[in-house]
Amino acid sequence: MTEQINIQKSEKIDKVPVIKPKKINEFIYFALRNNKLKIGLGVVLFFILLAIIGPLFTKYDWNAYIGPMSQAPSREFWFGTTTFGQDVYTQFVLGLRAAFLVGIIGGGLGTFIGIIIGFVAGYRGGIVDEVLNILTNVVLVIPTFALLLIIAAYLKVRGIMIESVFIGLTAWPWAARAIRAQTFSLRSRDFVDMARMSGMKPLKIIFTEIAPNMMSYLLMTFILQFGGAILIAATLDFIGLGPTNTISLGLMMNYAVMWGALQFGNWWWFVPPGFAIMAIVGSLYIMNVGLDEVFNPKLREM
Amino acid sequence: MLKSKKTILLLAGGSVIGMLKLDKISKIYSTGTFGGKLLPAVVDVSFDIGDGEVVSLIGESGSGKSTIGKMILRLITISSGKIIFDGIDISTLKKNKLKSYYKEVQGVFQDPFSSYNPIFKAEKIFTTIRQEFYPKMKDKEWEEKVDSSLKAVGLNPDQVLNKFPHQLSGGQLQRFLIARALLLDIKFLVADEIISMLDASTRVDVLNLLVELKSRGLSILFITHDLSLGYYISEKAIILYRGSIVEMGTTEKVYSNSLHPYTKMLMTSVPRMDTKWEEVDVELKAKQIENTIGCVYYDRCRVPDKDTGCASKKPQLIEVEHDHFVACKHCMEE
Amino acid sequence: MSLQTKNLRVYYQTLRGDVKALDGVTFNIKDGEIMGLAGESGCGKTTLANSIIYLTPPMKYIDGSVELDGEELPIWDMDSMNTFRYKKVSIIPQYAMNAMNPTRKIGKMTEELLVSKRVSYKKTRSELERRLDLVELKNDILGMYPIELSGGMKQRMVLVLSTLLNPSLLIADEITSALDVSTQKAVAEMLVEFRNRKIVKSMIVITHDISILYQIADSILVMYAGKLAEKASTDAIVHSPMHPYTRLLISSLPKVGVKYSEKKLTGIKGNTPLLLNPPIGCRFRDRCPVAFDKCMEEPPFVEIEKDHFVACWRERDRNA
Repeated sequence: MTEQINIQKSEKIDKVPVIKPKKINEFIYFALRNNKLKIGLGVVLFFILLAIIGPLFTKYDWNAYIGPMSQAPSREFWFGTTTFGQDVYTQFVLGLRAAFLVGIIGGGLGTFIGIIIGFVAGYRGGIVDEVLNILTNVVLVIPTFALLLIIAAYLKVRGIMIESVFIGLTAWPWAARAIRAQTFSLRSRDFVDMARMSGMKPLKIIFTEIAPNMMSYLLMTFILQFGGAILIAATLDFIGLGPTNTISLGLMMNYAVMWGALQFGNWWWFVPPGFAIMAIVGSLYIMNVGLDEVFNPKLREM
Repeated sequence: MLKSKKTILLLAGGSVIGMLKLDKISKIYSTGTFGGKLLPAVVDVSFDIGDGEVVSLIGESGSGKSTIGKMILRLITISSGKIIFDGIDISTLKKNKLKSYYKEVQGVFQDPFSSYNPIFKAEKIFTTIRQEFYPKMKDKEWEEKVDSSLKAVGLNPDQVLNKFPHQLSGGQLQRFLIARALLLDIKFLVADEIISMLDASTRVDVLNLLVELKSRGLSILFITHDLSLGYYISEKAIILYRGSIVEMGTTEKVYSNSLHPYTKMLMTSVPRMDTKWEEVDVELKAKQIENTIGCVYYDRCRVPDKDTGCASKKPQLIEVEHDHFVACKHCMEE
Repeated sequence: MSLQTKNLRVYYQTLRGDVKALDGVTFNIKDGEIMGLAGESGCGKTTLANSIIYLTPPMKYIDGSVELDGEELPIWDMDSMNTFRYKKVSIIPQYAMNAMNPTRKIGKMTEELLVSKRVSYKKTRSELERRLDLVELKNDILGMYPIELSGGMKQRMVLVLSTLLNPSLLIADEITSALDVSTQKAVAEMLVEFRNRKIVKSMIVITHDISILYQIADSILVMYAGKLAEKASTDAIVHSPMHPYTRLLISSLPKVGVKYSEKKLTGIKGNTPLLLNPPIGCRFRDRCPVAFDKCMEEPPFVEIEKDHFVACWRERDRNA
């Protein structure tokens, strides 16, 4: 039945194709192909650039009355002037800086707290999870508006930092929830049990096994927190609970509405900041959708 | 593979209590809001495993077999009872002592692809072992150790090192996991359905590997739902149903002289390639089973002597013949 | 002839090229025949099942024909296949029992299914109840939600649903894998019962567990790497297989009564070839213990003995 015959191997058999996907290159490949990511990132980068070099083109102070009142955009004042004769362009580019500052500090703080609480709750489970859940839910339902009013009553002078920290301290529950859920699902995978059986300490497991698997998720959570922080800041500024010693995009819109820009048709005062907020936050979200497609093979188009 | 002191004692004619002993192990989950309802997954399970012994833990889904495996591996907490390994109660070990336990006891699970972190190369599981257990070993010495472990499981180091998990086959991944356990010179391996996700043509090779390792002194708890696998490699068989042992003993006796109605049902229902199914009507499992006090098999049991005693009091394991135990007082004759 | 497949070719589109999952498959199934389709993962059995009834991207129809009861099935056209699906040819896909809408009661789900196929629920109601009886399910199951049923009950329900309109051909894809041993036996026997009562004319039962096929199938078709290896009666495949792959496969299966210490079994060395660039000639060549130079040419799937087809040069020359 079994005869010993020389088997003629073909070239094809010897060279079994070994597919080396090189994880990093795979992501870059798909990233470069993804339109949502390219457009979103492009818009955000444009505004960041504007925030960095924009103020270099102006010699005015944002608060100074330097020009004729309520003037439309002209060669001298690119974005026109406010009802008081302030340069809208200066206010705009400084407002952009403030917006990104809030995004990084507020968003960053929110993500950081969310990560710590999410990881611990998701990995430990049991009573620790229950307690952290209660904490998360409580912070989630605190009426931030009322809290802010109280803080505003105590702190007559508020800066961007206070506002950013406040946003970070109240926006983290969303991040914590999402990260906890992901950690939960990863924790029950067999490779975590393998790590436990190798005698690894829980903290080490979280940072060396679970977190790297969630890198894309963490990045996307940060982007959402970043965009969310900008939006919240704009909203708070618009209703007058923003910083008192500097300008921001939301504050611009607040002043514009308060000082009759709508009635007088001084669109150059509120349209640029409003548009900028919409463009930045919208692009961040579109970028996120694009990133999701890059990281998740199942969503990629063939 | 080193033969342990106990094996030498055995060979010299000494008698030895099993290397691993489970003493009335239970796992009860609390479900419902604030943990109102109790869900018993494993109830009062006791058995022991000696040196160089392969024991099959046979049960279907929901029997609690994986839970027992995980409790032995200390991946799940034990609700009550003791697990004694080499004379020490390991159910409460912590930190360093637990780590020493892992030097002697390891596990391999069902899904080869889930056991690896997909973003790292497969050999990361080796480097983790090195970092945790052999941090001071020199590179050359480590490479030789890895080499001999891989060869012991029939893998070619050139073919499997430096690859990501998705570049290797299921069979290779499972062997790789066994090689990892061998790096630690373990005495006991928990193999939880390790071949059920492999292709038929590679299953037997991994099975044979387990038997070869046994002959070098390794003890194995082979968890499976497949009766034919249990028969192929183990000396002892334990039949588990809904968290309790219904029958156990040497493989020969349990298979050829099945006494418990559940075991008998398994033997007649399993599809074989030498005989056709008999015309036997079998009571199927319903979804909700409420009775948690008496015999676990009560509602499906068709033994004529079934009585109210069966429903109210859980039957104990009785030794019907040497090395053959049944948990049913009506099932002793055959 | 109930089902006739001629030279069926279906590839998968991927970024790296076409995966030749089904590469020239020809076989027949008679009326009343339960054919088991066996093979390991990646051999193409699920592709074959889906090709006959639900050819969607990334699957790509390349060539070949499928005829059912003398009528050609337009498998390349999803819309035209709608008239055949469920009425002439039906499928129980893998994991079907987990695909039931958890928010629908079983009865409502059945009604919606029938309405989508333009069949009156009222008129089929009595037949539905008769079928439920046949699979030992109580009528009140129609008022339950899927979560209230056990795995076996769900599988039996799916069996009833898929065969409600008496299709000529039923394809059952791994319907016993996730079940307990006793439920497996019950469901497998019900399949046979359906055929015996002529509710379904013929069946393709796909599984990797040949012992189940030994119990219920009349014939077995063994696939390897997208091609057919052997087709014969169940008895012939299990007791006197001809293709080297079938032989090695059957002999590698542990059976109750066989111990390692008495008879050590062996598996098949090597791995199944990747189908992106499949090897030329016989695809089993490099794992085959009896391969020789003619195997560089693809062996045809021919009838060596009555109703026994093999794709192997060795066997063909032996009997030539």
